Amino acid sequence: MTDDAPLLSARGVTKWYGRRLGCRSVGFDLYPGEVVAIVGESGSGKSTLLRLLTRQADLDAGTVSYRMRDGSLRDLAALTDAERAVLRRTDWGFVHQDASFGLRMSVSAGGNIGERLMSAGARHYGDIRAEAGRWLARVEIDEARLDDTPDTFSGGMRQRLQIACSLVTGPRLIFMDEPTGGLDVSVQARILDLLRGLVVDLGLSALIVTHDLGVARLLSHRIMVMKAGEVIESGLTDRVLDDPREPYTQLLVSSILPA
Amino acid sequence: MSAASYNFAYLDEQSKRMIRRAILKAIAIPGYQVPFASREMPMPYGWGTGGIQVTAAILGPDDVLKVIDQGSDDTTNAVSIRAFFAKVADVKTTTATTDATVIQTRHRVPETPLSDRQILVYQVPIPEPLRFLEPRETETRRLHALADYGLMHVKLYEDIARHGHIATAYAYPVMVAGRYLMDPSPVPKFDNPKISDCAALQLFGAGREKRIYAIPPYTRVVSLDFEDYPFERYRQSGTCALCGADDTFLDEVVTDDKGGRMFICSDSDYCEKRRETASAGEKPHD
Repeated sequence: MTDDAPLLSARGVTKWYGRRLGCRSVGFDLYPGEVVAIVGESGSGKSTLLRLLTRQADLDAGTVSYRMRDGSLRDLAALTDAERAVLRRTDWGFVHQDASFGLRMSVSAGGNIGERLMSAGARHYGDIRAEAGRWLARVEIDEARLDDTPDTFSGGMRQRLQIACSLVTGPRLIFMDEPTGGLDVSVQARILDLLRGLVVDLGLSALIVTHDLGVARLLSHRIMVMKAGEVIESGLTDRVLDDPREPYTQLLVSSILPA
Repeated sequence: MSAASYNFAYLDEQSKRMIRRAILKAIAIPGYQVPFASREMPMPYGWGTGGIQVTAAILGPDDVLKVIDQGSDDTTNAVSIRAFFAKVADVKTTTATTDATVIQTRHRVPETPLSDRQILVYQVPIPEPLRFLEPRETETRRLHALADYGLMHVKLYEDIARHGHIATAYAYPVMVAGRYLMDPSPVPKFDNPKISDCAALQLFGAGREKRIYAIPPYTRVVSLDFEDYPFERYRQSGTCALCGADDTFLDEVVTDDKGGRMFICSDSDYCEKRRETASAGEKPHD
């Protein structure tokens, strides 16, 4: 396996919700170590696309392939449920906008981080706890909060905890759906900073869904702009944001309030 | 209506056949929860309707039935169910563990080791061990199918994080034959080792939840734990005030309103037998 083979590959991904379009003919490659942002306004099909890519919903047409750890490119639809479950809890990470999707709110931070380890077969309490503590420190949460539940955490801390939970098994790909949505600007900045550092340090690939062009600019290498279920423009992040070609992208870019 | 107008063991034959099919399936897949069409029984859910249906389906005219509730033969639940089957099936009943061929139980495994000529029927309130961790039944079934049981260890992890030890004292989760995670019904974890490699067939019936599951004889049943926090049996430290046993599961009995209390064996038959042998031979040494 070389670094010029894509990690995730989508071709003609299409989804209809009855007669309404979810998304149509989306195709792209995500390479190892690359961060791709999917931007667009609410209802443009961003989250639908993410659900299709992670097989949380079935495709009506198209394929999504993933390069497994052994180097083979496999169609996700051809994997068994068990293989997909293993992929989801070891090789992939998820950061949701609503932390309660990604975390067990009444289980301690240590238990949340430990869940993936225990699913992977870890059976030594002391080791699991030590590893959870290390990850908590790594996402800049005080280790003294290890036994506290996420429902006592602030919004920013919950997002950090989700990141720790995702990364503890050493995944290669992390999916983020509005990871900083609903957070105030200073907290957003610190989380973005943390994410940027982790992505570089761990050589992660990431797919970020966001309506916030600032987030896309800061984190991503490439960007895809969606409108009404279709990708209307894609390219290098600075190219798309500084020199938008499509009228809709121009509108999006010009809608950012000047700082 | 007189008792004579009931079919043998209350349920009609078709219902019994349906339940037996579920039982056979459960035995074939140890620890797997088999859905079945639970019938209305002449008692409320929570009183052992699941166990009674299983018992009714397996009972034959020559069987000898024992019913225990929290180890005791003489509590309301045990007395009522025993009387029920004495009436509708006209079977012999007993309180002696060794004489029984079918033992229906709520919350205990008898202290006397069971034989391969016996069947133990458990009354189960909540069959799904993952219920309080994952409320969606669709999701827990998927987790069972994929043997994705990390979640159960999260519960035990939380116990240790909060209490310093695994504080789950009853309904302690077990792995059956290395495949299915199972709730052994609310028996104290003291009884868990007795469930493993047991000579008797063990059947579990949950009436309200409409599930039957089983552990065939001599099946390996392992209580979940951590390497550095291994499974431990728990019993009150003390001896039975009646028979002096120091290795049985004890009930605490409050004897007055001034803080007086005593511990006695929860298994009333085992305790009585010990006292009988003691008085027949020599006096107990206290």
